[in-house]
Amino acid sequence: MFQRKLLSASLLLALTTPVHAAGSADVAKLRKEIEAMRANYESRIQALEKRLETAEARSAAPAVAVAPSVAPATVTEPAVAAPQAAPVAAAPQSSDSAFNPAISLILAGQYTYTKRDPANYAITGFPVPSDAEIGPGDRGFNLGESELGLSANIDHRFRGVANIALHGDDSLSVEEAYVQTIGLDHGLGLKAGRYLSGIGYLNETHAHTWDFVDAPLAYQAFVGGQYGDDGVQLRWLAPTDTYLEFGAELGRGRAFPGSDAGGNGAGGGAVYGHIGGDIGESHSWRAGLSYLQTKAKEQTWEVADLAGNSVSNGFTGDTRLWIADFVWKWAPMGNATVQNFKLQGEYLRRSQKGDLDYDTVGANSSDAYRSTQSGWYLQGIYQFMPQWRVGLRGEQLQHGTADYGLNATNLAASSYDPARASLMLDYNPSEFSRIRVQFTRDLSREGLADSQAFIQYQMSLGAHGAHTY
Amino acid sequence: MKKLFAATLLIAAVTPASAALKVLACEPEWGALVQELGGDKVDVTLATTALQDPHHVQAKPSLIARARNAELLACTGAGLEIGWLPVLIQQSGNAAIQPGKPGNFAASDFVQKLDVPTRVDRADGDVHPEGNPHIQTDPRNIAKVAVALAQRLEQIDPANRATYQQRAQDFAKRWDAALARWSAQAAPLRGTPILAQHKAWTYMENWLGLQYVDALEPKPGVEPTAAHLQEILTRQKDRPAKLIVYAAYQDARSADWLAERAKIPAVQLPFTVGGTPAAKDLFGLFDDTIARLLKGAGK
Repeated sequence: MFQRKLLSASLLLALTTPVHAAGSADVAKLRKEIEAMRANYESRIQALEKRLETAEARSAAPAVAVAPSVAPATVTEPAVAAPQAAPVAAAPQSSDSAFNPAISLILAGQYTYTKRDPANYAITGFPVPSDAEIGPGDRGFNLGESELGLSANIDHRFRGVANIALHGDDSLSVEEAYVQTIGLDHGLGLKAGRYLSGIGYLNETHAHTWDFVDAPLAYQAFVGGQYGDDGVQLRWLAPTDTYLEFGAELGRGRAFPGSDAGGNGAGGGAVYGHIGGDIGESHSWRAGLSYLQTKAKEQTWEVADLAGNSVSNGFTGDTRLWIADFVWKWAPMGNATVQNFKLQGEYLRRSQKGDLDYDTVGANSSDAYRSTQSGWYLQGIYQFMPQWRVGLRGEQLQHGTADYGLNATNLAASSYDPARASLMLDYNPSEFSRIRVQFTRDLSREGLADSQAFIQYQMSLGAHGAHTY
Repeated sequence: MKKLFAATLLIAAVTPASAALKVLACEPEWGALVQELGGDKVDVTLATTALQDPHHVQAKPSLIARARNAELLACTGAGLEIGWLPVLIQQSGNAAIQPGKPGNFAASDFVQKLDVPTRVDRADGDVHPEGNPHIQTDPRNIAKVAVALAQRLEQIDPANRATYQQRAQDFAKRWDAALARWSAQAAPLRGTPILAQHKAWTYMENWLGLQYVDALEPKPGVEPTAAHLQEILTRQKDRPAKLIVYAAYQDARSADWLAERAKIPAVQLPFTVGGTPAAKDLFGLFDDTIARLLKGAGK
């Protein structure tokens, strides 16, 4: 034993010691010996492997034989019994932790530079309530929206998903918490709880999968960044070769453009349809049309009136939102690893109809209000080499018409069309990490052109999430 | 009422009643195997081609539509399709192909997996806790999967049981003959040291007795870097590899760069059915793989 140790130690020494010309013959000899030893061990291991295999085959065979046979009597069994296939699997763990849900954590943070103070950010002519997420966010270094995701099958019928957003200001919010059916069959899927609505293209995707730091202006102005609701969602996938999906939602209308009107009824509802397919090997596409209707009750908009005073208005009424969306992706022969391109665009059109309370704390004059406004964005993302992508986004809102009725003496419809242009470059060391820079020329405030720059990281750890199209 | 009945009849008549079993194969090798075993009793569509990286495929609308109608999903498993298959299955609204159902077939469940990591850490790259998923590079695995897949076809489509059994026997006979031929042809390759772009050839190395030296990717799933290639080039002096292998779907630039400097051939292998013009079916896949390896090794 001691001798063997000594031998291996000297071998090690001989190998690590810089080879001198004089000792090279010895080293060569030693190498040969080691080679011989290695070959010897390899053949032994192979023999062992063979024995293991036969042992496994023997133990697997009876297990299969117990399985109920459904062979019809007419079928003659092959003369030589075919080798039975049994899954090769490790013994499952029987502890409770084996059922723990898949956990994923998205970590995001950014540095934001803006020329204008984002504290008084507003989109001219598009009033939103204070809970809507608009604008570039805080200046300087800040923790972006980190997200903790938990998901697992509940039983043979249901799956549960929860996404908790961790905000930079130490607050938490429930972004998603829903249960959904597993394989309801006939192309049906049912979801209940809090979810991101299936309207449009971008709405349902999580912020960490977006191609730009922020949501398009139209999404900010019309749905406060992203529309999520508490309710039920039913989807049906048609049994056709062309992708054809329909969905309907009924919910509380909790968030902007709704305002949680309360009561027994539903405060919001949506219907949508998606169609998609391939063109050859290299192209794929999807297009959709969505309709969202929500109720608002005394939804508070902070705006400036004609006298230049900041006032609170209360809107009570219905909002109807139409979204037309499309996305087209290209990758040479469908292989996106080296190069790929994605073109994505959406058009949103909103109409509001109801009553507006002008200056709820002061004058408090109420009259009918109607508006029809729209907006669009178009963006292209090009991966020009592995791990590197560049993207350009152009967008505009159309002020449309806004009829304030009698309140027109204090409030005026805007004649300004807010617009923005953004350029981004991102580096993706792996599918789990991304570092991005973005420059934005922001003309969303009339007369206050802003230049913005962002440096952002988005990383995910834990369970490997599969991405939607 | 009568009209409605007539309409139902019409629909039933238009829909082929004895339609072939609809199979969605995640990778071309399983598509080809289902075709071998099922003949005209199966209608196979492929989710990926040999020119696509099976790790990174988009859950695109056309695939969701195909998953919706599939009666059998024939995939590799072992985490290979984790980035896209769960979305397809979830969005398909198809009960038959849910995990655990007979319609969800994972080939890697039926072979002994290699490269099962003792340490699972993303710092080591895109590691698969279940083991190396590229099982199709060893034809002996194909034989094992064929047995299991034929049984699965019989289970799902008992009406055509006899056909599947007969075809499976026929395939096994032809495959055994081919295996013997390949083993004889590839004998000179035994012990040949190779470099691989991605650690995708473990099973083939094991089969042919090739000696794996290193991967061009610094970590599995991470694109080759100039620094890492330079490192391999330096190590060539001590542990010289005789050839570099890479799959048809991979970018050849790194392999070519290294091949030129190390003065060893870079050999493109089909990796799956359709990867090269000669790899038309499963037999062609291994005929061509061995032919290319022999040519690369100068044997």
